[in-house]
Amino acid sequence: MTDFGFTRAKSSTINLDNVDTSLFRKMLEVEPDVRRCMECGSCSAVCTAAPLSGMSVRKVIHALERGVDIAPMLSGCMLCGKCTMVCPRGINTRHLILSLERYYKKKENV
Amino acid sequence: MRPDFHPFVIPFCAGMFFVLGYCFFGIFNIIFHLPRRDRRRFLVSLINPVTAWKNIRDIFLNCLIHVKLWKRNPLLGYMHSSIAFGWFMLIVLGHLEVFLYAPGHLSKFYYPIFFNFFVAKSEETIGGAVLFFLMDFFLLVVLSGITLAIIKRVRSLWFGMRRTTRPSVLDMVGMYSLWAIFPLRLLAEGFTAHISGGSFLIIPLNWMVRGFLGNEINMVPTWWAYSIALSVFMFVLPFTRYMHIPAEMLLIPLRNAGLCIRHPRKGFAKIQVLSCPGCGVCIDACPMSAKKANIKDTTVYLNRQIRRRNEKRIEEISDKCLMCGKCTAVCQVGVDGPVIRQAQRSLRKYALGKDYSAAVSPTPVGKAAVAYFAGCMTQLTPGISKAVESLLKKAGVDYTFIDREGGLCCGRPLMMAGRIKEARELMEKTREIILASECRTLLLSCPICYRIFKEEYDLEKEGIEVIHHSVYLYNLVQGGRLKPSRSDIHFVYHDPCELGRGSGIYEEPRKLLRTSAYLVEAAKNREESVCCSGSLGSLTLGFADRKELTEAALRNLTSDIPDAIATACPLCRSTFRRYSDIPVSDIAEVIDSRT
Repeated sequence: MTDFGFTRAKSSTINLDNVDTSLFRKMLEVEPDVRRCMECGSCSAVCTAAPLSGMSVRKVIHALERGVDIAPMLSGCMLCGKCTMVCPRGINTRHLILSLERYYKKKENV
Repeated sequence: MRPDFHPFVIPFCAGMFFVLGYCFFGIFNIIFHLPRRDRRRFLVSLINPVTAWKNIRDIFLNCLIHVKLWKRNPLLGYMHSSIAFGWFMLIVLGHLEVFLYAPGHLSKFYYPIFFNFFVAKSEETIGGAVLFFLMDFFLLVVLSGITLAIIKRVRSLWFGMRRTTRPSVLDMVGMYSLWAIFPLRLLAEGFTAHISGGSFLIIPLNWMVRGFLGNEINMVPTWWAYSIALSVFMFVLPFTRYMHIPAEMLLIPLRNAGLCIRHPRKGFAKIQVLSCPGCGVCIDACPMSAKKANIKDTTVYLNRQIRRRNEKRIEEISDKCLMCGKCTAVCQVGVDGPVIRQAQRSLRKYALGKDYSAAVSPTPVGKAAVAYFAGCMTQLTPGISKAVESLLKKAGVDYTFIDREGGLCCGRPLMMAGRIKEARELMEKTREIILASECRTLLLSCPICYRIFKEEYDLEKEGIEVIHHSVYLYNLVQGGRLKPSRSDIHFVYHDPCELGRGSGIYEEPRKLLRTSAYLVEAAKNREESVCCSGSLGSLTLGFADRKELTEAALRNLTSDIPDAIATACPLCRSTFRRYSDIPVSDIAEVIDSRT
């Protein structure tokens, strides 16, 4: 095969029929307010852990809906509560993070 | 002299053996469950004459006289001390009587309780008259306390208590039997007073009952009733709130030994839970009670649920609390609700751990004698850090702003969420940043940071003074380096929980505020200040749930109609700003605007 100096990126297609959204459903059960998230990104803008682990509550919610692993992002969260304070929709993001960490299940082959 | 024994003493003896056995095993259990280091510390404190004396004094003043309660509410204080001290004196005098008049029977421990039945003594002897008088006097004292208790049950508001706990069924059994004990004793002694003697109370009663009821058939049944009432009380005691009577006697030495809670159910925490008298003072005090739905989440109910082992409710209550510490401040026996809750939270297992190994300061740390660490909350309220910086410049202080471009968290939010291990890991990283600044003074704007830096970081050992900006600015004003001018504005100062109750700083912010404005006080202030309800302590209280609580806190603050609110915490400032009709500013902003 000819070397063009670059490779093709791995497909980032997500088949929603195949992903495990159990944690997402659990989250909706624990913090139903999540449905009100309008993805404004205030939480991402203020996050203390963003430089450390790319943490962003907005992205976490997004990723969960698509069954993407959130463990790396959450690992840097310091629970400082800034995201809760700035959320214009009044979502208790701090409790959301704690619940996710509590009910997280390690998945095989994801 | 009557016979030595009568079957009516059996219920009393059974109850007494039961309660003594229960308490004996309880003490053993609690001391056994203390961590080894704590246990040694406790046992050593018992033989240390200083703490031993303090134990005796505290037990006497708190368990019998209820000094703390007297200071808070004299009527309730009288009610409790009359029952506790009066009953204690009846027991002591009963033993004295036996010792003086029937020394041979001192070994029978039911003898002093039913002395008047077993021994017929005349009041001819002076000692007898004095003792009889004292016995009657203390019986009257106890009866007056019982009367107050009955009135309080019906009209608690007369005693200054808006809300009290709903007693459980067993509590009711215990309460009614306690109420019955002393009138029955009065009646029983009244029936026998013509044989066994008495004083101003039971002799006239004896004339009356004999006049009306005549025969002596009633004598034994009333003694039976008295013994049964005692027995019922003692059998239910371990399972009711009256367990606080023996438990507090162990709690005081444990506390004086300087122990702290390490497990929410065992050892020190257990004795605290058992010592809760269920009085419900914490219900009126708790900021969450502003919303009626939260009343069952106060510390008194936490203690009750822990005793009932209702795990679901224990978790709910523990997670909801704002951790403001007001229940501890008002508690008569010193139950530390927030610490029990934090210990409870720390039991929870999380499937996902934390990793702060790569955590560093985003920008290189500047070096100066004074390091200003704004903290996460102040970064959301840049007005405060700007004001502090401006004041530092005006005073000509050589400083460095460590987390101007963002930094790490102090670890207290993790700590309050019960994630102690992760908090320690993060604190180590933050500590490195602080030490890298080579500062001598660490200046903080956030009381949440202040408290943990003060309590857990051990920075004093490195020769670093940890100081909150309200104190630091006050020192600058005192030293003449800042000269604020006075305005006509009337400020009310809100004591942030972590700065006031948490760290004991009440005076400096007030004095600082007085240099540039007039100060009015809130209805409840200092130790009893009402939390703004923005606290990070609560894990489950949502945004909407907090609104009512913040509004209640604002009503408390503005009772004297101030022009503006000043506080010393960025979190309180943002929370109050949401709902306040009058301006809310940080103390640094107030001073900055006047210099």
